[in-house]
Amino acid sequence: MTAISTVRLQREPFDAAAEAAKLTHGRTDIGAVVTFTGICRGSEASEPIAALTLEHYPGMAEAEIERHVTEAVGRWPLAGVTVIHRYGRIVPGEDIMMVATASSHRQAAFAAAEFLMDYLKTRAPFWKQVEKADGTTWVEAKATDDAAVERWSAPGRKPEAAE
Amino acid sequence: MIIKLRYFAWVRERVGKPEEDIEVPSGVATVAELMVWLASRGEEYAHAFANPKVIRAAIDRAHVRPDTVITGAGEIAFFPPMTGG
Repeated sequence: MTAISTVRLQREPFDAAAEAAKLTHGRTDIGAVVTFTGICRGSEASEPIAALTLEHYPGMAEAEIERHVTEAVGRWPLAGVTVIHRYGRIVPGEDIMMVATASSHRQAAFAAAEFLMDYLKTRAPFWKQVEKADGTTWVEAKATDDAAVERWSAPGRKPEAAE
Repeated sequence: MIIKLRYFAWVRERVGKPEEDIEVPSGVATVAELMVWLASRGEEYAHAFANPKVIRAAIDRAHVRPDTVITGAGEIAFFPPMTGG
């Protein structure tokens, strides 16, 4: 199965449903598409927020995402992968990023989408800054995200087997 | 050895600039040593690099560990743990 992959970083909004539909357009060998969309919440630590601003490292961000897409394609039988990540100012309710994976069967699509999300969270050079009424603060990385990525480090290990 | 340094997120805010070309003394061999040396360059650098354990680094746009040797690096970036996705 040859996977068609798309990686895009952009300031402007995207249409997650349309992007997922592109993966299956004109094909009958795909039995499963998993899409994950990360959305800007209206509160952070139970305080209302005005917006998130995403800073990224141009060049490295694309390279890191592409590297992990290539790894996902090597680990699971995928027909297609799409990763789109926005940068700049994003207001509550707007989409921040999406991952879509397509495969013949659901297991590969679910696992690859989760693998990509766990890596994006901890390895892709993006930083979220929160805009509140009293100023701006940087979002702190979560230990639970580091733990989530650990479970993929043993080759061939399934997420279900993680402690 | 002149190296382009890039700073992101709060490291950038504390240093007060997004990037600079810096002549790194020959005695500075690793990423960790570079952070120690940078911290000695002034108040804003001391503030940015006060706790090197929480700062991540990349050489030529690939993640590296603190003990990585910087010889031959064109661009070294310093930033906090990532919070994308």
